[in-house]
Amino acid sequence: MMMVIRRFEEEAARHYAKGNIGGFLHLYIGQEAIAVAATEVLEDRDYIFQTYRDHGIALARGMPANAAMAELFGKDTGCSRGLGGSMHFFDVERGFLGGWGIVGGHLALAAGTAFKSKYAGEDRVTMCFFGEGSTNIGGFHEAMSLAGLWKLPVVFVCENNQYAMGTPLERTSPLKDLSIKAKGYGMVGDRFEGHDVEVVQERIAEAVARARAGDGPTFVEIQTYRFRGHSMSDPAKYRSRTELEQRKQQDPVALVRERLLGLGVDENALDDIDLEVDEEIDAAVRFADESAPAREEVMMSTVLAPEGDS
Amino acid sequence: MRKLRYREALREAMFEEMERDDRVFLMGEEVGHYQGAYKVSEGLLDKYGERRVIDTPIAEAGFAGVGIGAAMVGLRPIIEFMTWNFSFVAFDQIISNAAKVHQMSAGEIQVPIVFRGPNGAAKQVSSQHSHSAAPFYTHIPGLYVVQPSTARDAKGLLKSAIRSNNPVVFLEGETLYGVAGEVPDEGVEELIPIGESRLARAGADCTIVTWGRPYYTVLAAAEKLAAQGIECEVIDPRTLRPLDTALMVQSLKKTNRCVVVHEHWPYGGPGAEIVDRLQREAFDYLDAPLERVTGLDVPMPYALNLEDTVLPTEERVIDAVKRVSYAK
Ligand SMILES: Cc1ncc(C[n+]2csc(CCOP(=O)(O)OP(=O)(O)O)c2C)c(N)n1
Repeated sequence: MMMVIRRFEEEAARHYAKGNIGGFLHLYIGQEAIAVAATEVLEDRDYIFQTYRDHGIALARGMPANAAMAELFGKDTGCSRGLGGSMHFFDVERGFLGGWGIVGGHLALAAGTAFKSKYAGEDRVTMCFFGEGSTNIGGFHEAMSLAGLWKLPVVFVCENNQYAMGTPLERTSPLKDLSIKAKGYGMVGDRFEGHDVEVVQERIAEAVARARAGDGPTFVEIQTYRFRGHSMSDPAKYRSRTELEQRKQQDPVALVRERLLGLGVDENALDDIDLEVDEEIDAAVRFADESAPAREEVMMSTVLAPEGDS
Repeated sequence: MRKLRYREALREAMFEEMERDDRVFLMGEEVGHYQGAYKVSEGLLDKYGERRVIDTPIAEAGFAGVGIGAAMVGLRPIIEFMTWNFSFVAFDQIISNAAKVHQMSAGEIQVPIVFRGPNGAAKQVSSQHSHSAAPFYTHIPGLYVVQPSTARDAKGLLKSAIRSNNPVVFLEGETLYGVAGEVPDEGVEELIPIGESRLARAGADCTIVTWGRPYYTVLAAAEKLAAQGIECEVIDPRTLRPLDTALMVQSLKKTNRCVVVHEHWPYGGPGAEIVDRLQREAFDYLDAPLERVTGLDVPMPYALNLEDTVLPTEERVIDAVKRVSYAK
């Protein structure tokens, strides 16, 4: 799955350059282990929220690459029928409740779906992802306050990729350890590295278990790194090549491959998987390319929900 | 005159005003080290340092409020929103505080502040990032709302906005940043007053009022109409609050018909306000109902084929002009 995300994102970048994809495109390359581990821990009935950097988690959750790529191409067959684009993936059937574009805006929504779980006595956990740059905005504090107060079954996952656009953490926060913020909201905090999928899975499972047991929310800070710029329009001049190269030594995808080889898995078998992934992504591009464009009727008829059955 | 891009014109305005007044400072996300998300503030940090060019965390309500507070006691902040879409989380600061404190304090406190940044649809940035913010802010007494279409207006109006003693909402256009236009030579200071319309094109057959990105759509449509024998007079209000209708009324006396073209949604807003005023102020001169060409009444879709239908097009402008002209 990590390979699927990696290849999907690389292909998306290529088609952005070619002009087949427009708008803002934020890639998940470098952060794949988090999406894969997190979705591994969740049940099908659980809810997920993410920012605009949403392809990785959507794919990990099971969204077909076809629907994802078609969305980027602005096609009717896309996961949001070409209306949302890269930043606004949705897959309601799989509990993937969106890619959201306003920093901090979706955290309270996650508290809201968790509220519903509690209200209706349902065993559903909500997991909400956001960047470290989002921990300074009011939406973050208010969502955390309410979730902490009402002990809602939600896990707040801060993917700390060190930069909010061009600004490194040390220029946006007086704290190095963001997880200590949890205390102020009366919730548990945790903090760990995000390149090893097994570590992420183990630690995030604790937070999910806590939510499921009714013991309240957790704020999890996962240290990670994005290998590309903030979005396609960002050349990322604010960081050094050495820093990037150093970080690439901890490539989550390469790490998995190494580990599997170490366990005695045949290299050919891994290469075969890579080939399969390539084919899957190529097929997704073909599917996106050949699909019909987004439709005006859908745009007009989705402004308001139909009235009637309530 | 020389040619400058809209972005460079804004930058010059900030350089000049920061040079003449130490109370002026720039604050916002990525305005300093990154040189501006859209490179409007390029070079300002190098010249004025971190005291006056201040990178903030993502906390719009916070830094808008900090700006208002600083303005209340004598500084003259320029607050940049990376885009106006992100001003909505700071809406309360602008409406409840910036626009109110002068009257609440019986005129004791002034708020000389400029809120600026790109407004409106860019290209395929979808529903949450494509708002035309003018209708929200023009509704509010206690604010000025300025939306320049050309480089010259951008520079002259930003300088006036910075010198104003009132809060100014300054709406730029992301798609206009690269558009070049004539601007007075270096050393020639031009302050364009807030609240004055400008004649952009003369013509005797139909008046078109427009601003922002559609300004260029309209100018292109006007050329096509001219080729068909319909000469349009184009007026750019430049300031949307307060609104100067004098030039429009004068034009209507000649053309007897008018189309208002804007990007914002059709429900209310400056577009509807202009129509309301003109039908009263120029009632006796009208030969046709006033028409509007607007962004369609839907959230902005991502797909380019749909976005192109939502934004005002040359065809829609041409059709509307022909309708009010009873021409085929
Ligand atoms: C309220 C608001 N302000 C500004 C922006 C513009 N913006 C989009 S992403 C971003 C940086 C976010 O950084 P972070 O939260 O660390 O997430 P990352 O992109 O690194 O995953 C900014 C400033 C926005 N979308 N919403």
